[in-house]
Amino acid sequence: MISRVILALAAQCLALSAVLMCGGCGSKGERALNVVGSTSIQPFAELLAQEYEKKNTGKQVDVQGGGSTAGLQAVANDLADVGMCSRSLKADEITRFSQVVIARDGIAIVVNKSNPMHALTLDQIREIFAGRITDWKEMGGKPGPIRPITREEGSGTRESFVHLVMGKDRISRKVLTQESNGAVKELVKGDTAAIGYMSLGLVGEELSALVINNAAPTSENVLAGTYTLSRPFLFVTDGEAKPDAQKFIDFVLSDDGQCLLEMEGLVRVR
Amino acid sequence: MRVSPFLSQRIVVVILWALAAITVGVLLYIIAYILIHGLPHLSLSFLTLSPEYMGRRGGVFPMVVGTLLVTGLAVLIAAPIGVATAIYLTEYTREGKMTAVIRFGADCLAGVPSIIFGLFGFVFFAITLGMGMSVISGALTLTLMVLPTIIRTSEEAIRTVPHSYREVSYGLGSTRWQMVTNVVLRSALPGICTGVVLSIGRSISETAAVMLTAGSALRLPHSLFDSSRTLALHFYILSREGISMPNAYATASVLIISILALNLVAYWLMHRFAVKVR
Amino acid sequence: MKQDKVISTILFLVALSAISGLALITVFIFKEGVPIIARVGGRQFFLSSDWDPGLGHFGIFSMIIGSVAVTAGAMVIGIVFGLGLAIVLTQFAPRTIAGMLKPAIELLAGIPSVVFGFMGVVTLVPLIRTYLGGPGLSVLASSMVLGIMVLPTITSISIDALQAVPRTYWEGSVALGATRWQTTHMVLLKAARSGIVAAAILGMGRAVGETMAVIMVAGNTLEIPRSLLDPTRTLTSNIALEMAYASGDHRQALFATGVTLFVIIMLLNTVALAVSRRRSGRGGVR
Repeated sequence: MISRVILALAAQCLALSAVLMCGGCGSKGERALNVVGSTSIQPFAELLAQEYEKKNTGKQVDVQGGGSTAGLQAVANDLADVGMCSRSLKADEITRFSQVVIARDGIAIVVNKSNPMHALTLDQIREIFAGRITDWKEMGGKPGPIRPITREEGSGTRESFVHLVMGKDRISRKVLTQESNGAVKELVKGDTAAIGYMSLGLVGEELSALVINNAAPTSENVLAGTYTLSRPFLFVTDGEAKPDAQKFIDFVLSDDGQCLLEMEGLVRVR
Repeated sequence: MRVSPFLSQRIVVVILWALAAITVGVLLYIIAYILIHGLPHLSLSFLTLSPEYMGRRGGVFPMVVGTLLVTGLAVLIAAPIGVATAIYLTEYTREGKMTAVIRFGADCLAGVPSIIFGLFGFVFFAITLGMGMSVISGALTLTLMVLPTIIRTSEEAIRTVPHSYREVSYGLGSTRWQMVTNVVLRSALPGICTGVVLSIGRSISETAAVMLTAGSALRLPHSLFDSSRTLALHFYILSREGISMPNAYATASVLIISILALNLVAYWLMHRFAVKVR
Repeated sequence: MKQDKVISTILFLVALSAISGLALITVFIFKEGVPIIARVGGRQFFLSSDWDPGLGHFGIFSMIIGSVAVTAGAMVIGIVFGLGLAIVLTQFAPRTIAGMLKPAIELLAGIPSVVFGFMGVVTLVPLIRTYLGGPGLSVLASSMVLGIMVLPTITSISIDALQAVPRTYWEGSVALGATRWQTTHMVLLKAARSGIVAAAILGMGRAVGETMAVIMVAGNTLEIPRSLLDPTRTLTSNIALEMAYASGDHRQALFATGVTLFVIIMLLNTVALAVSRRRSGRGGVR
């Protein structure tokens, strides 16, 4: 009796594996739209997806993070239908992908709420992240070590930060690395000596965003251009977007979509 | 000054018991911390509702389903294949260089970091085979991850069955297969079950290998090719990004209670089969 | 007899598919990883601490040091507590307490790594930051979290090793008038030595392989840590952090890191095998 059961199971599993292997090579069929990429755009895309699903019953949109470059990779590897990218595309990427700007967002330089520092210049921030300024007292703050936090290399926020702040300078190797906006936020929340950069739209009440070069970190200033740390939010597709993807992108660019983004703290583009 | 052996024993005993107390203390602290913060937010609706706003509200139903699908499939595929392989290696082949190499390979793969399985699964199943980030990609990756462990623990369990059992069976006129199923497997069942339960536990807790193979979709998977998030990954994302600490604790509570339940089932199984053999 | 032949063939096919599946992974990882090591140069890859994928620099030395540092710390804690617990359980604990301790250890083994990492972030890291200085995310935090995680492995294998020592050894020692502790450290530990070393080595393998908990508490800097309180990045964390967006050479470099880890595990397993073979080869009075 046991023998028959075991035999049957073994044969079944072999067959199952064979079927699954072949099934995987076939077409995907009816499934949800995969939107993958920037952790900065992710929360906003989630909200957009929920609104979109409410207005279009039956349609489904899956939003996942991983970072801007991961999003581009996912689109290139056919793992995602739409990639979210929170930086401008590089030269070789522009030829490879099609892009749509869905909003603009500022990059906030954040410190712990109990940090007395409220304003810095762009140069000072560069010096901090390059590892040349290491103590808060060098800028008039409470004496103590500075702990800068950066994002991983594939992050669009990091790329934009490097482009806008660091210029030719490299971020010091001693700097702590976290892999999403949320992780940076949590770390800065817990460490009074920490300083990090993250999406302006995600800062919230729990952190202190610094005034940079005399411009306050608000979406109005981003729109006006006085707060210079800003970058585009892009939706990226492999060539022309498939109909499902295009429908979603159209929704995001519609008045409803743009209003939602504006309410959440981004700068609308339509 | 010569220390009396009784004195040194007393000192050592105190130290050893302190070590044990610290260890148990840490275990209890972790479990208590998670449960105290998480149980108040745990309810039937938490387990049956879907998440909203990236997990700030709602429940973890899709994650429960996702975890069951991914780990269940993985063990369902790996257990029979692993046990069958172990049977073949011990009962149907002669001990030689080949079996030694296979055994060593299985031991190594059992020790290989799970992230490497994740990397392989991501590149091979999701991208090269075109399965995408899906339940099936995750399940197959986990299958490969637990297969070596199941093969090795089953093999060890089978090898500890005394040869006399086999000889008696042959003496009574059984075929090899009858001997294997009625005698060897019956005796080795506790050990085999331990290996399988261990693998289930490992799969449920696994995060690195499912991150990029099963993906992190918040939605209920409707087919094996849909992406799905497991409970462990959900907990990781919720707590890391500070999305919702109460829900993170609740998710962790679900995980810990499941592991507790799994351990209890394992114990019960072991006792049941041990008694049967006797 | 025919049934037996059929069954034997089915089992053979199943075993073959399982083994080829596992061989596939091994071959795949090496096929992807080895070419880039050859291209970059072995010395450059393993001994340079310049990891800069954007510029095409792939040197994993600082991650190797990170993994070594974190694992070494974990082994200190793992062996002290793990072996201590094994001794308590086998030699000094009354049956009832032993019956409670054993399940407790197995429960510890079942707790997910992300929960350990989380507890480390929430409890350990702030403590280290406040009382010992530094960012809190450190080699020390990683070692402590990993130590607790590998503890159950070391304990259970050590228990097996201690229980495998023939009773006659114990009886002989006690008959000579030795105390329990004297018996333990002068006779039993020596006799079980190879099993305990195997336990430690397997624990080391587990520590090297842990990813999620370490990402949460290690800080992930690229600089080689100079003290216990410095942050660091391990080989496994590096793979996890970058694999989502790596492509081309970068992705191959991650596979090469995987090859490195694979080889490390192979070496550890070979040593463990050799050590435990010595034990059974020793024979002696049985």
